[in-house]
Amino acid sequence: MDRRLIIEHIPRLRRYARALVGDRYVADDLVQDTLERAWNKFYLWRPGSDLRAWLFTIMHNVFVNQARRRRYEIEQAMDDLPAVAVRATQGEHLELEDVDRVLRALSAEQREVVLLVAVEQLTYEQVSRTLDVPIGTVMSRLSRARERLRQLLGGQAVMPLKVVK
Amino acid sequence: MHNYVDGGLSEGAKAEVEAWLRAHPEDAERMRAYADQNAMLRSLYNPVLDEPVPAALLAVHTRAWRRYAAAAAIFALGIGLGWFARGEFVAPQVVQLSFARQAATAHIVYAPEVRHPVEVPASEEAHLVGWLSKRVGTTLKAPKLAPLGYDLVGGRLLSGPQGPVAHFMYQDGRGQRLTLYVSRQRGEPRDTAFRFSQEDRVSVFYWVDGNFGYALSGEMRRDQLLQVAEVVYKQLNP
Repeated sequence: MDRRLIIEHIPRLRRYARALVGDRYVADDLVQDTLERAWNKFYLWRPGSDLRAWLFTIMHNVFVNQARRRRYEIEQAMDDLPAVAVRATQGEHLELEDVDRVLRALSAEQREVVLLVAVEQLTYEQVSRTLDVPIGTVMSRLSRARERLRQLLGGQAVMPLKVVK
Repeated sequence: MHNYVDGGLSEGAKAEVEAWLRAHPEDAERMRAYADQNAMLRSLYNPVLDEPVPAALLAVHTRAWRRYAAAAAIFALGIGLGWFARGEFVAPQVVQLSFARQAATAHIVYAPEVRHPVEVPASEEAHLVGWLSKRVGTTLKAPKLAPLGYDLVGGRLLSGPQGPVAHFMYQDGRGQRLTLYVSRQRGEPRDTAFRFSQEDRVSVFYWVDGNFGYALSGEMRRDQLLQVAEVVYKQLNP
């Protein structure tokens, strides 16, 4: 089978990586590592099976391994950033970039699930296989992620993040 | 409930959930908030799909293709040399093929370059054109493709089977690149019509004008490239 099939999935891998890690360059590094791994391990892909799901599984594994090795220190750094979430002048109106920041407040596990469901529009079954966790775990992470996002985005009162001028 | 937000329910189940939500406004509010989250996340990250893919990410692909292209170019060069050794009665079309292939190879090698796509940038266009004209041995022009959305990035000197090659690179606002490959042709001066060749993902329009061959390459559909090729041709043959 032709390895170049991988190429057409790059935009979607980039979209997911960007949402997952936030920073554009860190995200593209994650995509690059994923692509190289996929390229080298392509013989492991079963032709006819969902290539996109296979690539997402690889990206998940690369992401988890790298997070474990603390290469994604950006996440820690994000917690210390003062410029978070809501600009005072915005009032109740949230900007999309605020949503990006709020997303960082979720644990990586919750973020993965909510992004795979909301943005990548995978079924819960596919998410379960991609992340290699039981479907019950997918559902509980999804519930917690959505509830947390609702709190954070909901009203300024529950916004635990600093307001900057 | 989540299935309701994510559109995973049958019509029947959906109606049931909706009935429930009408009776439970708090849950309904929560479902609305979750649906909003989906919409916000999509509109936040979907634009990434439309960004040009950075060349470095395509390198996984390109590295492999380059080996193939290089082998093909050497093969084509072999045919060209064979034809030269045997005299001119062998179909010149073989050499034409190799010309398109050379241009496609140069395109595949240089178009993904991020830091060094050209030797001389467009800011020194007069110098670039003068220098390449001198080396290739004819008065060259860098076509103006700005009306089509392509700006000159610059150019470089390459070595081809027939000697020096002038290579101009253009780019549009989305990072899509085109290259124009100009090289002296062996044999009697002649003119040919436009010819098209698909070299893997690279489309090439090429023609011979007198002693020189021109090839315009880009990773785009034939009809899109033809539009540009016609403009290039008209500008070079006013």
